[in-house]
Amino acid sequence: MMKRPFEGLKVIEYGELISAPYCARLLAGLGAEVVKVENAGSGDKARINGPFPGDIADPEKSGLFLSLNANKIGITLNLKTKKGQEIFKKLVAAADVLIENYAPGYMKKLGLDYDTLKLINPGLVMVSITPFGQTGPYKNYKAYHINSCAAGGMSVGIGDPKREPLTIPLSHGGYQSGSNAATAILAALLARRKTGKGQYIDISEVEVWATAHAGQNVLTYPYRGLNGIRRGIHGGRTYPNEIFACKDGYVCVITPQAEQWKRFIEVLGSPEWSTNPKYRDRKAIAEQNPDEVNALIIPWMLTHTKEEIFKLCQDKRVPCAPVYDIKEVINNRQIKAMDFFIELEHPEAGTLKYPKGPCTFEKTDWEWQKAAPLLGEDNEKIICEHLGYSKDEFTGLKKSGVI
Amino acid sequence: MQSLEGYRLLDFGTAQAGPQVAQLLADMGMEVIKIETRVKPDGVRLGRPMAGVNITGVDESKWLDMQPVFHMMNRNKLSFTINLKHPRATEVFTRLVKISDVLLDNFSPGVMARLGLDQPNLEKIKKGIISMSLSGCGESGPLKDTLVYAPLIISLGGMESLLGYYGDKQPMNLVPGYGDTNASIHGAFAILAALWHREETGEGQHISLAEAYTITSLLGETIMDYNMNGRVPGLQGNRHPVLCPHGNYPCKGRDKWVAIAVETEEEWKNLCIALGAPEWITDKRFADLASRRQHWDELDKLIAGKTAGYKAYEITDILQKVNVAATPVMNCEDQINDPHFREKKTFVEMNHPLVGKELIYGNPMRLSDMPPVVERNAPAMGEHNDYVLKELLGYSPQEVIELVEQQVIY
Repeated sequence: MMKRPFEGLKVIEYGELISAPYCARLLAGLGAEVVKVENAGSGDKARINGPFPGDIADPEKSGLFLSLNANKIGITLNLKTKKGQEIFKKLVAAADVLIENYAPGYMKKLGLDYDTLKLINPGLVMVSITPFGQTGPYKNYKAYHINSCAAGGMSVGIGDPKREPLTIPLSHGGYQSGSNAATAILAALLARRKTGKGQYIDISEVEVWATAHAGQNVLTYPYRGLNGIRRGIHGGRTYPNEIFACKDGYVCVITPQAEQWKRFIEVLGSPEWSTNPKYRDRKAIAEQNPDEVNALIIPWMLTHTKEEIFKLCQDKRVPCAPVYDIKEVINNRQIKAMDFFIELEHPEAGTLKYPKGPCTFEKTDWEWQKAAPLLGEDNEKIICEHLGYSKDEFTGLKKSGVI
Repeated sequence: MQSLEGYRLLDFGTAQAGPQVAQLLADMGMEVIKIETRVKPDGVRLGRPMAGVNITGVDESKWLDMQPVFHMMNRNKLSFTINLKHPRATEVFTRLVKISDVLLDNFSPGVMARLGLDQPNLEKIKKGIISMSLSGCGESGPLKDTLVYAPLIISLGGMESLLGYYGDKQPMNLVPGYGDTNASIHGAFAILAALWHREETGEGQHISLAEAYTITSLLGETIMDYNMNGRVPGLQGNRHPVLCPHGNYPCKGRDKWVAIAVETEEEWKNLCIALGAPEWITDKRFADLASRRQHWDELDKLIAGKTAGYKAYEITDILQKVNVAATPVMNCEDQINDPHFREKKTFVEMNHPLVGKELIYGNPMRLSDMPPVVERNAPAMGEHNDYVLKELLGYSPQEVIELVEQQVIY
């Protein structure tokens, strides 16, 4: 078998829900050994989030948890106990990376902050993912995805201008902060090859949204002001960038280039209105009357299916796509041609399909050997075999609730 | 020293997705050379500068260097203009590839191969090189030639079908180019993963990133729900699968809102008291999470009735004091003035020689010893031709003059 990129890299994940687990997932899928430390008792909160088969809650069958934690080794620890902290430190001493996503100050309270841990392991790369980061006036603010997305400047731009702003669905802030954290970890590890020293990385989910994702609004504010931030089904400053209803669903059409617009008009059968000088300035349409032009286009849309429109448009090099629902995506011919999904068997949840990864590596692609761990599945292996505690000690730790 | 110092990336990126991958890496010290040509400049450079940029007395040929959005995505980079279709360009470019680590493009599939710059050819020039291509739907397969922009990416990837008001059918448009920005961060991750592998083994490789399916890879919980229960989720609105209440509620002022989310019973009680509605705590409709979820619309209306009496920052402060998750729904004006972003310098004030002051977003990957920096303005077209040709490739001044005259360097 080919050497996987992160073979030999040891990662400790002390995280829950999405951000830290997703960060560790990116490393686990490329060969890192990830030990996921869950709080003794109920474990990662994602376990209670579902979705569950038949909607029957079961911590071993949560779809969210399963989708984020494959390939990981799972142990449980009570880090509020001295013994739990001692075991955690032993794990960290032999690790390259520690990923956590608890509130600022929490690791310090446990005596497990970076300043303490780097004394045990100067090469440690530690990342903390929090809503507002470790510094700044809001560092202690409580925030879930909807809050980060709002403060990050994303929500204000999504939805009907006459209604409330919408958040990005599915708690995507966790995925965005997680992928930024994973990227920063690799930068720190590459630097460590030269310096021999680890670093602490402070990732703020709000800042992740406010920069590469929404930062363009801040930049263009002096020129464009606040106008037209939330525009419902419309988007962009050149008409059309629209979500049109069609015969069996919705399609999205966006034609920034004049040639694309011309070809789109041809796809529509060169209707008479299109020669009206009133509809020549597409920037003006976008600003003043996109609904008026939509009303001229939608009757045509309603007589065609999304696949028909997709084909008619793309054959003429008009940028258009169907709005696919999850079922349509999963069964899509391109996804199938790409071998996008892999199957993993889990002792409780059964065999399920999982997305392989966000991209394809020619030589060292994602490899998934094992579904997510059961709660505390690898306790004995890690505590006894890796860390050298005796069977008696292990039983004692179990009895006293440390693991 | 910066974390990625010593690595060199040749950036063929245009528009957003490609350039932002390289920008994230340039901020961390990678030497990024944007490969451009006046024959066909990056579309973001083209056209009249954004309304409001002062172009009085500026020669039109300078407009290429006067686009704020270009500056944002291309800061910290160098620019080298070369017309790769010129017969003499191959020799020059080959020399550059020999001293580079990564090549990045987001052209339509097949373009790099036609330029002779696909992975097999690159490997012949420089063993161990890494190349990445970002595309809408992948480089092979039935949809490979699909022409896309960001909104089409999330439509094809399945996310658009979730984006709209709960209970409605009509999806809403997502204006910031999430399909692109999501691809960018994952692209940056993948390049560093491939570099790590090369450091360990000497082996290079090609990475293919299909933007639509990078989005799909983040829809795990809905994919699971479909596989487990055959359920196809519709528009999600502001609803959360567990938390309730959970929404953006109106506040005093024009288009002002506060985002509030409640997880625990304690947070729920604190919210009721802080909003001056302790009677909700004993209201049967809201007795527990399940009941609150059942009466979600009624609850949203009641909360909206209360929040509307406060400014967004005011109610945020009140709720955070009792440990309830609340934040203003910030627009860019809020963000520019917000004390938190100001203290953290989330947005960096740059001074562009042609445009003046620009507030450019920083890089959120805050490494303790080697924090990313935003310090160099985006390059003017061909600004670093001399550096590349003379310092990196060792051409003599006379040779450089020839290359420019022959429009190889163009």
